[in-house]
Amino acid sequence: MTASLTQTREPSPAPSLQPTGWLRYLSFSLDHKVIGLQYIVCGFLFYFVGGALAGVIRTELATPISDFVSREVYNQVLTLHGTVMIFLWIVPVVNGGFGNYLIPFYVGARDMAFPRLNAVAFWMIPPSGLLLISSYFVHGGAAQSGWTAYPPLSLTTPATGQILWILSVLLLGGSSIFGGINFIATIVKFRQPGLKLMMLPMYCWAMLGTSILVVLATPVLAGTLILLSLDIVAHTGFFNPGLGGNVVVYQHLFWFYSHPAVYIMVLPAFGLVSEILPVHARKPLFGYVTMVYSIMAIVILGLIVWAHHMFTSGTPPWMRLFFTIATAFIAVPTGIKFFNWIATLWQGRLALTTAMLFSCAFIIQFVFGGITGVALAQVPFDVHVHDTYFVVGHFHYIVYGGTVFVIFASIYHWYPKFTGRLLNEPLGQLHLLLTVIGFNLCFAPQHWLGLNGMPRRVAEYDPSFTVVNQISSVGALMMAISTLPFLINVIGSAFRGPRAGDNPWRALTPEWLTTSPPPVENWRGAPPLVKEPYGYGHSGNPIDLQTARGRDLWTSQP
Amino acid sequence: MRIPPAIITLVLGMMLVLFGLWVANDVSLLPESASLNAPVYDELFKVLLAIGTVLLLGITGIVIYSLVRFRRRQGDSLDGEPIEGNLALELFWTAVPAVVVLFIGIYSYDIYDRMGGMQSLSMHDHAPREQLASVRHAEPSDQDRLWGGIGIRGSADVLPVEVTALQFAFIFHYPEQNITSGELHVPTGRPVELRLRANDVIHAFWVPQFRLKQDVIPGQQTVLSFTARKPGDYPIVCAELCGPYHGGMRSHVVVHNPDDFSSWLEKTAPPTLS
Ligand SMILES: [Cu+2]
Ligand SMILES: [Cu+2]
Repeated sequence: MTASLTQTREPSPAPSLQPTGWLRYLSFSLDHKVIGLQYIVCGFLFYFVGGALAGVIRTELATPISDFVSREVYNQVLTLHGTVMIFLWIVPVVNGGFGNYLIPFYVGARDMAFPRLNAVAFWMIPPSGLLLISSYFVHGGAAQSGWTAYPPLSLTTPATGQILWILSVLLLGGSSIFGGINFIATIVKFRQPGLKLMMLPMYCWAMLGTSILVVLATPVLAGTLILLSLDIVAHTGFFNPGLGGNVVVYQHLFWFYSHPAVYIMVLPAFGLVSEILPVHARKPLFGYVTMVYSIMAIVILGLIVWAHHMFTSGTPPWMRLFFTIATAFIAVPTGIKFFNWIATLWQGRLALTTAMLFSCAFIIQFVFGGITGVALAQVPFDVHVHDTYFVVGHFHYIVYGGTVFVIFASIYHWYPKFTGRLLNEPLGQLHLLLTVIGFNLCFAPQHWLGLNGMPRRVAEYDPSFTVVNQISSVGALMMAISTLPFLINVIGSAFRGPRAGDNPWRALTPEWLTTSPPPVENWRGAPPLVKEPYGYGHSGNPIDLQTARGRDLWTSQP
Repeated sequence: MRIPPAIITLVLGMMLVLFGLWVANDVSLLPESASLNAPVYDELFKVLLAIGTVLLLGITGIVIYSLVRFRRRQGDSLDGEPIEGNLALELFWTAVPAVVVLFIGIYSYDIYDRMGGMQSLSMHDHAPREQLASVRHAEPSDQDRLWGGIGIRGSADVLPVEVTALQFAFIFHYPEQNITSGELHVPTGRPVELRLRANDVIHAFWVPQFRLKQDVIPGQQTVLSFTARKPGDYPIVCAELCGPYHGGMRSHVVVHNPDDFSSWLEKTAPPTLS
């Protein structure tokens, strides 16, 4: 299959007017690979901003009194931290970044369905990110009402910062919707002839499900935020109880988007892990069909569980019961995916690469976040720990221990594809070790803090929690340090890394069946038709699989 | 002689379950329990902790075992076995979590019912309204509507307290004694019904030792009922971001013996009004 594609590497006579070389990464490029890398690099820049903000939070919380920044600035910092990390780092990178780079390969297309819309969607992100961060410097400072912007607090804090926050999130939501439409069109309509839906790599399914959520839920957030901004600038009373408005309605509308937003952040990560594990385990992805159905079940269930964020607001009892059961049931399709990944590892021949190890750390940490998630779905449990550090610990296990770990795994896996060079493995494993220890040191103790009485979003706390908060802050410091080996590795290897060859992992998915990095239109000849992207173990195995037992396979090695 | 893997698996599984039960029963992760519903809550917590511990350690163990046992040796470029799935296994790990999750859901519903969470608020709010009307001036009935919260089981001998949350304090008013206080004082063994109102932004009333929390929502009165069990002084914490001093918005609930509570009432009640 690969023979005809690994040809000579002469430069193609690029007839396009697009800039080439480094400049194209700063241009309005229409190449999906350039746009994908633009998303990823831009996302990492915002990740460092969000990380610095987290550093401010953990420094403030190293002592029980408010002594590092003023209380107003602290609330601005926690608002910006949440907004930057969600809307400028995780959502753009796992959707726009890897989605743009990989989806056209996976469907056998030369680009996305709407390349111009694609470039527009990316170029909405840097200005809205700068707008958001610059709001810190306007009169009154940035928004202070948390990333949830609950009224009436968001109506009473300084208006300029809040309006800039709304504008920025609206632009980012628009970018996300454009991306979602593009992915749906590409996956459904741009598959090459002969490529059936059930032959697609799992990441396509994850992106299809995610994009459905984006297109259904993000407009609700946009509408809600427009009403909120009218309440602020035009003094309407949609969410202002003083004018007959209802603040709980805002919460319903907000969480109708923002619970699915969790799946917009984790479903693509599930897809990426499903690509990484089979390659490094040398085994087919276990249970392809159930994996597909479980993604779709998560999409449907994800749309009907939003009120679990409101168990302590004014929700009627029957509603609490319904949302408990619906939320807890998401554990079933999610569990299926995890058991299938473990079955993919079982009896494989696991290369203990950094990509593989980050993926395994993801599995364990996400399972922990999932267990606390099922607990939080139970109303009586949630009544105690809602809005406490238990919840902070829980969702960081989902979005950081889950998705961000997968982003790192993906960088280690696809870096040779992006650049044609290998990353340094020992440095990668140092990065992994520091991140795993730092992350768990930072966020595991927060569950205890929440159970024992520390609410979230506070700049000061009961002095009896000092030691545990300091442990958490040390973990955060380790996480900050852990990015250094990563940065050295990624920047250094771009210039000095050993040549990777076209397919260093001997992978079967279509993005590897071309040169690394790939040419402008992805393949020099016709795109290969890959009907079995996970067909490992079918050929080249000298042991007869019908008669051999597992033990023979492990012992008969040179 | 080799021990069959099935037996090793069985023994490991049994040890794991025993360890989970030990963690749930002997590792204390919760603060003191000081209300009648706190032990009920702690029961649910133990069940969740046992299941969670077994699941987390089990999966961690399997992943680490796989990484060690199935790691690729130097120079090996062969593939693993081409196993693409197994319907029986898929059914197994769909059905078992579904049953466990359903069990937890029904169990926690039962717990929530025992806490009073499933009490119908609209039917109940009739009697106290008449009492309160005698204290406050007459208001439109919509003002007294209860929008949510945890109601009371049985209504004998309830101590009503009106709670007002504002940036950045809680104010407690005892309508029957016309006492206003910055701290909540309650007796042991007598049901207390808090009616919570906010004047500015959303706050949340939380007593970790009671395992109870309720948002205090401007324009929507909510209710929170509990019965204190253990005398002591416990923190009241605001749990919903409400502005710059949110972290400092704290108070106390002092739980007295019934006799001490009566003397507190006598000591504190304003002498002029009676
Ligand atoms: Cu949610
Ligand atoms: Cu408050």
